[in-house]
Amino acid sequence: MTHDIHIYILVMSLVTLAIRILPITLIRRQVKSRFIRSFLYYVPYVTLAVMTFPAIIEATRTPLAGAMALVGGIFLSWIGRSMFQVSIACCVIVFAVEQIIL
Amino acid sequence: MTEPENTNSAPTRRKRLLADGVHDGIPIALAYLVVGFTLGIAARNAGFTPLEGFITSFFNNASAGEYAAFMLVAADASYLEMAVMTLIANARYLLMSCVISQRLRPDASLLTRFLVGFDLTDEIFGISAAISQKRPLDPVYVYGAMLVALPGWAGGTALGIMAGNVLPSIALSALAVALYGMFLAIITPPSRDNHIIGIFVMASFACSFFASKAPFLMTLSSGTRTIILTIALSAIAAFFFPIPENGENEK
Repeated sequence: MTHDIHIYILVMSLVTLAIRILPITLIRRQVKSRFIRSFLYYVPYVTLAVMTFPAIIEATRTPLAGAMALVGGIFLSWIGRSMFQVSIACCVIVFAVEQIIL
Repeated sequence: MTEPENTNSAPTRRKRLLADGVHDGIPIALAYLVVGFTLGIAARNAGFTPLEGFITSFFNNASAGEYAAFMLVAADASYLEMAVMTLIANARYLLMSCVISQRLRPDASLLTRFLVGFDLTDEIFGISAAISQKRPLDPVYVYGAMLVALPGWAGGTALGIMAGNVLPSIALSALAVALYGMFLAIITPPSRDNHIIGIFVMASFACSFFASKAPFLMTLSSGTRTIILTIALSAIAAFFFPIPENGENEK
């Protein structure tokens, strides 16, 4: 190793923190543009959906377990269960499915 | 989500918000313990001590970003490569930080903004965006979630470096979906109540699936795919279905 591990840690931490902290500290007033306000309104839903699927079926040892967790998770959130309950239920579903078929 | 409005005094309200944050942060912390643990295994191979791993995770809290960084350390890459790689892997947080900048009260202090930005992970972003759909985001709620989530991730990394691969794979597999369960709980109710959001959530699922199989797109990292799809789909939604001019985030 010719590079110092501590400098590596410093470099990655500074870049990551700058990405997270600069926009929120620099954009201090409400954006006026209707397009940008609408864009920022849709971002959370779109980005969380993109990150969830197909990742959820790739995260488990068998895709079926992930798929069942997806369906179960959507159903439980649809009927208004809390984030905590849905999250734990998804874990239980995967555990049960994998216990049965693996 | 809970309705903390109309409670008697300000300190009670803040306490309650803090407790809500901790409550919502617990499944995040559990999953982060596992995420941290698997990252720790990669960090261990790159020659990190448990303390170095703890510090790295404490300041980064980025799974793909950290994983890529550990690979670069193991490969003895240059510092510039490290900076560029971290920037690309974590670029989506730039967008999330922009979203949250609009959810805080305009008079939120610089320190508040700094602290909220510090741990803006996918999950903390998710719950923060969910709770601030109709009223400004109270930083106390975010702090509550950070309080449990941050140690979960950093501690998990240190444990992973110390212990290596000791968790049974069935536990890893089950806990890995905790975060996706949370995401589902955040996006499903608005999709049920607002057809435009519902359509775009389904379109996001479909596009994300095809992008992971499409010839060129599949070669990109999942972080890069996420940001490309997010920008494209949100821009289309904003162009064709702009939110009402006057009201804040109309349902």
